[in-house]
Amino acid sequence: MGRIEEAFARGAAEKRKALVTYLCVGDPDGDASIDLALACADEGADILELGCPFSDPSADGVAIARASQRALGRGGGLDETLRVARAVRERSDVPIVLFGYYNPLFVRGEEEAARVVAAAGVDALLVVDLPVDESMPLRTAAAARGLGLVPLVAPTTLPERVARIGALGERFPVPFVYYVSMTGVTGGAGGSAVLASAGAEAARVRAATKRPTVVGFGIDSGERARIAATEADGVVVGSEIVRRIERGATHGERLASVRELVRELRAAV
Amino acid sequence: MQSPSLGTGFYGSYGGRYVSETLIHALDELTEAASCIAATPAFQKELSDLLATYVGRPTPLTDAARLARAIDPERKTLGRLFLKREDLCHTGAHKINNALGQILLATKMRKSRIIAETGAGQHGVATATACALFGLPCEVYMGAEDVKRQAPNVGRMRLLGAKVIPVESGSRTLKDAMNEALRDWVTNVATTHYCIGSAAGPHPYPELVARFQSVIGEEARAQIVERTGQLPDAAVACVGGGSNAIGLFRAFLGDAGVMLYGVEAAGHGVASGRHAATLTAGRVGVLHGSKSYVLCDDGGQIQEAHSISAGLDYPGVGPEHAWLKTSGRARYVSATDDEALAAASLVMRTEGIVPALETSHPFAKIGAIAAEVAERLGRPATVVLCLSGRGDKDLETLLGRLLPSETPGAS
Repeated sequence: MGRIEEAFARGAAEKRKALVTYLCVGDPDGDASIDLALACADEGADILELGCPFSDPSADGVAIARASQRALGRGGGLDETLRVARAVRERSDVPIVLFGYYNPLFVRGEEEAARVVAAAGVDALLVVDLPVDESMPLRTAAAARGLGLVPLVAPTTLPERVARIGALGERFPVPFVYYVSMTGVTGGAGGSAVLASAGAEAARVRAATKRPTVVGFGIDSGERARIAATEADGVVVGSEIVRRIERGATHGERLASVRELVRELRAAV
Repeated sequence: MQSPSLGTGFYGSYGGRYVSETLIHALDELTEAASCIAATPAFQKELSDLLATYVGRPTPLTDAARLARAIDPERKTLGRLFLKREDLCHTGAHKINNALGQILLATKMRKSRIIAETGAGQHGVATATACALFGLPCEVYMGAEDVKRQAPNVGRMRLLGAKVIPVESGSRTLKDAMNEALRDWVTNVATTHYCIGSAAGPHPYPELVARFQSVIGEEARAQIVERTGQLPDAAVACVGGGSNAIGLFRAFLGDAGVMLYGVEAAGHGVASGRHAATLTAGRVGVLHGSKSYVLCDDGGQIQEAHSISAGLDYPGVGPEHAWLKTSGRARYVSATDDEALAAASLVMRTEGIVPALETSHPFAKIGAIAAEVAERLGRPATVVLCLSGRGDKDLETLLGRLLPSETPGAS
């Protein structure tokens, strides 16, 4: 069983939902990202999403777009993200998902990308601009290295596509499914009704795909996390962590603020 | 729009749909609408009536004899040069062909709001125009840098009732405008049609735009055959995203004797690193929804393009051009800012036409292209060039660079 599967199994046994935290690697710098990622794990995050910054993050809102630009300005990118992943892996057994856009992986070559990502101790990839239709080259290369590729399902995804994702899971490692709570980019605030219905929808996706399904987008507090997680298998929190890192004046302030949020989220789910 | 099927979305290995899952359904809907609605005789008649009575099609084919003589005084390589006059379209460029087609389609799809991205502003003006004509609200994303250098078009869009949203992120040019338009679309996808202006983006856009623009080549082919009794030896167009070029090329793809040339923007020179010559100097990558050539570094980060022409200032290119390059069917060369300016000057003084800076790039390479074609044929070449737009929007740049001593404030 992989680290991600173990994390979900442990959560189920302990009757709590999975907490997935995102941060943009390299903002404010790589070494800070190592500390911040480990702090998330220490406060109870079950899975870390390490965001690889990209020059054209067209699926992200302003918070993550700004963080990406800052990170790239400090030498961020795929190599720096992998360095941070390795450092986290040396100190923790927390599951790591490398989160990003396709071009940095594509330019490296799918096979080589899968090799270096797996060697860094990463457990799975999530590529926001790589829908299942175009995913086979990377999916095949990733599977050969034991890496999962996490599919996204949106409110606009038709049941036939969800079924296809389920079928993929029978042939390739699909450790979990990411359900996007609303049409839009990252960083919005989801209303209670939207998040509750996203949770219910995630439960239907889980039934169709037989994979744990977590809800992301619009979750920025313990209360919103609790609502979304009521029926789903877990929640993803990203932009609010990124905003706290942006607002912090010192490394200590950033760590404290992120720890406080993750603690609140952990208590809620 | 010839055949009902919009194809697979791939041109060789290029194309596809590299977008958020949220957008897949909208792209499916658009593909379906384009196949089922836009291919019907009723739609095609409605569009061709608009093109005739509103846009002013067919546009003329001008025999540019004085310019040809200026480029090749002995007429050894450039026999005849014909200009496909898209600059005479309503709104001043070929962009209106696609904008009217897409907005007409959007009305059939019952979309209530239109968004677009624009570089030089020509696509923004064309979209704003079509939206005014159909009574639809229109919001245009435009890089803040482009808002500055294409001020006349910003004014036109606003007068036409569109909202122009300056984009401050990244390089503040076309690619960033496209990112912002994608963010808007993914948020408002149920009600909004995203009117992409180039033959780029996720499937079905490259095919949809190519088909709406293919009227350029269809007319040009018939016109030149009528005038000269034969096909041209070469067809030439500028390539940023590549919509006017693919519109011209499509009609000649099956004519093996017609050489196809795309001219990219070399900015300060390809070696300087400050250019927009994606096919000439880029590599295969994924940007804005399709796999094609892109300008990016070894880490896969997209690089900023540079061109004096806002319409060519883009680090990507439509996937069909990537395929035409790979297959060898078309050749791609590049012209620098300075070469384009010199060519613009020559065109103005020999033909009495003020070309857009975009179109000035192929003008700059006509001599070299004719020489290459003539050498292959062993006789002077007949060339058709797509004069994709007029230069009114570029007056400030043209005056500042070509008549600096007479322009207040120019250095």
